[in-house]
Amino acid sequence: MSSRTLPLLFLNLGGEMLYILDQRLRAQSIPGEKARKVMNDIIATMFNKKFIEELFKPQDLYSKKALRTVYDRLAHASIMRLNQASMDKLYDLMTMAFKYQVLLCPRPRDILLVTYNHLDTIKDFISDSPGILNQVDETLRRLIETYNCLSDGEFQLIRQTLLIFFQDMHIRVSIFLKDKVQNSNGRFVLPISGPVPWGTEVPGLIRIFNHKGVEVKRAEFTTAGNYVIPQREGSFELYGDRVLKLGTNMYSMTRPVETHMSRSSKKLVSQAKENIAPNPLAKEELNFLARLLGGLDIQKPAGGETGFRLNLFTTDEEEEHAAQTRPEELSYKVINIEATQEPGRREELSRILGELEVTEPRPGSAEKGEDLLALMDGL
Amino acid sequence: MYDSDGSTMVFWHALDVPEQPAGTSFGAVLVFDIPPKGTNVTLSEVLEQHRDPVTDIAAEQGQAPDGAGDLVTADDSGTLCLWSSGEEFTLLGVIPGSGSTCSSVRLWNGIVAAGYGDGQIRLWEAGSGRIRAQVSAHARWIYALDLAPLTGKCPILPHGSATSVVSPRSLRSPQLLSGAEDSFVHVWELSRNPDTDDIEVSPGLGRGTRSHSCSLGNGDLAGDGDAALGAAAEIWEPRTDPLPPQIQHCHAERVTDTQVCGARFCDPAGDTFAVTGYDLSEILCYGSV
Repeated sequence: MSSRTLPLLFLNLGGEMLYILDQRLRAQSIPGEKARKVMNDIIATMFNKKFIEELFKPQDLYSKKALRTVYDRLAHASIMRLNQASMDKLYDLMTMAFKYQVLLCPRPRDILLVTYNHLDTIKDFISDSPGILNQVDETLRRLIETYNCLSDGEFQLIRQTLLIFFQDMHIRVSIFLKDKVQNSNGRFVLPISGPVPWGTEVPGLIRIFNHKGVEVKRAEFTTAGNYVIPQREGSFELYGDRVLKLGTNMYSMTRPVETHMSRSSKKLVSQAKENIAPNPLAKEELNFLARLLGGLDIQKPAGGETGFRLNLFTTDEEEEHAAQTRPEELSYKVINIEATQEPGRREELSRILGELEVTEPRPGSAEKGEDLLALMDGL
Repeated sequence: MYDSDGSTMVFWHALDVPEQPAGTSFGAVLVFDIPPKGTNVTLSEVLEQHRDPVTDIAAEQGQAPDGAGDLVTADDSGTLCLWSSGEEFTLLGVIPGSGSTCSSVRLWNGIVAAGYGDGQIRLWEAGSGRIRAQVSAHARWIYALDLAPLTGKCPILPHGSATSVVSPRSLRSPQLLSGAEDSFVHVWELSRNPDTDDIEVSPGLGRGTRSHSCSLGNGDLAGDGDAALGAAAEIWEPRTDPLPPQIQHCHAERVTDTQVCGARFCDPAGDTFAVTGYDLSEILCYGSV
């Protein structure tokens, strides 16, 4: 499996999370200032330089449970709180959305275009914060540097690693069901019409060559598919038209987002039993990134601003009901870590924990490793 | 390696992976000696020719013409290597890739059938390294190719194909199966005999002379691997072409909403085949009636 998959998984899931939070903040009419603060804090945390550096180190993917904990921390990086049921629903939506995007990518390398779409939209969310904007651009540059040169085969390996991570997840999402991209059994619709991937020919032609390499015959065959030539290729540069729509924000203010829990079948239950058996290494596995996030300095709201609770459901009663009726095998069983109580196991870890901050860099205060940020602010 | 009912592991070999950035294989092909009896399997050779990870290996399933080799290996860059087996393996030729991964490969009667990440199937002449057919077969990455070497049944081709050719059944016309992420499985018929409907290439016309070519108007050479064709020609330049490879489409099967990951014939005549897919816990079996 590819050891270069985690950055793509983390950034794309993070992007989906931000889309959903943005939609819920509007739907719940959270005051503009608070909403902006939440988005800024979460994005700043997600793109923190040290965090990104750790993320990009070649490593295996985390388990679903471990990754879920990272997002739990991320969602609570600001003054917003989420109940367990809402956090579960948020994570369901994020994962099914990204699973859909990976599955429907025309070429394996188009997963990069999906990632760039997410980052482009994130930049719109924080367009008035040049410091954070720069962090996102740095991450974009890093992505370009790390991934643009990989071969098709390497991308297919990354894609397969992601698909294995998402295997057997069939949570039904109402926005997908309505748009007819997901069937009622939870499986995604694979269209057999539309543009072929860039670099692929429309199926149907057989060309025969003689022993000197000259074409001597053509034949055609027909199938149920109805494909067309694509107009142009998406851009893999820092800025540009990505062309691909996968990874753009599909949530608008007026569309409520619901998930349906699939009825448990015998098969699902036995599979889940393996997953939720107590794992003695669970705490060990949980995990460098979560500790990094846990050690971040959570800002005390300035000027008497109080925190608030976000609800992913339409009413509190619905949220309560969802918490009580969530099928056992789909529970994430999040393990809570008090990062501040755990002694740093590695010197490096303790040092990094100590240095992490969520503060906006002030002009003139060039801290070690933040010269670039200060430079940007000074412009 | 496991024994035939899959219950016992009889051999394992650890790879010496050098200390390098993780994730890349180094393109070597390991050859093991397997004794007729017992489990004393030993590593006998390491073939280092590919510079990219090896994706598939196939042995000759028919009868190789002289000089064609009996083993083909494929890699991530689309490069194919042809070998002849024996006490020591000998590299006979290299067909360079043109950017698209070759995900799956089969070898029959000196014809290499290769499936690619861009959805194409290409037939190559193993002896000369020349391309003989190019099929825009699938709209997505081809995951699986399989070959049933014995005679198979082929239904009449549907009308509506622009130039459909129904060639007479020959004794040795194997079937080729291709499965891809576009949710389609296709069955093709390969052959290596003169096409009686095609007057351009027929055994009666001047052997050794260039036959009339039906082309795009400017005698297009196959676009891919042109440089290689020139190089491969030094190995063997045929003056006659009595048995040109042919490929025809026989059947298409859509596995709705499933990205096909595996496809295999269940019998050597190709009367049945099995399909597996992503997120699918079943094996689907198809049989011709």
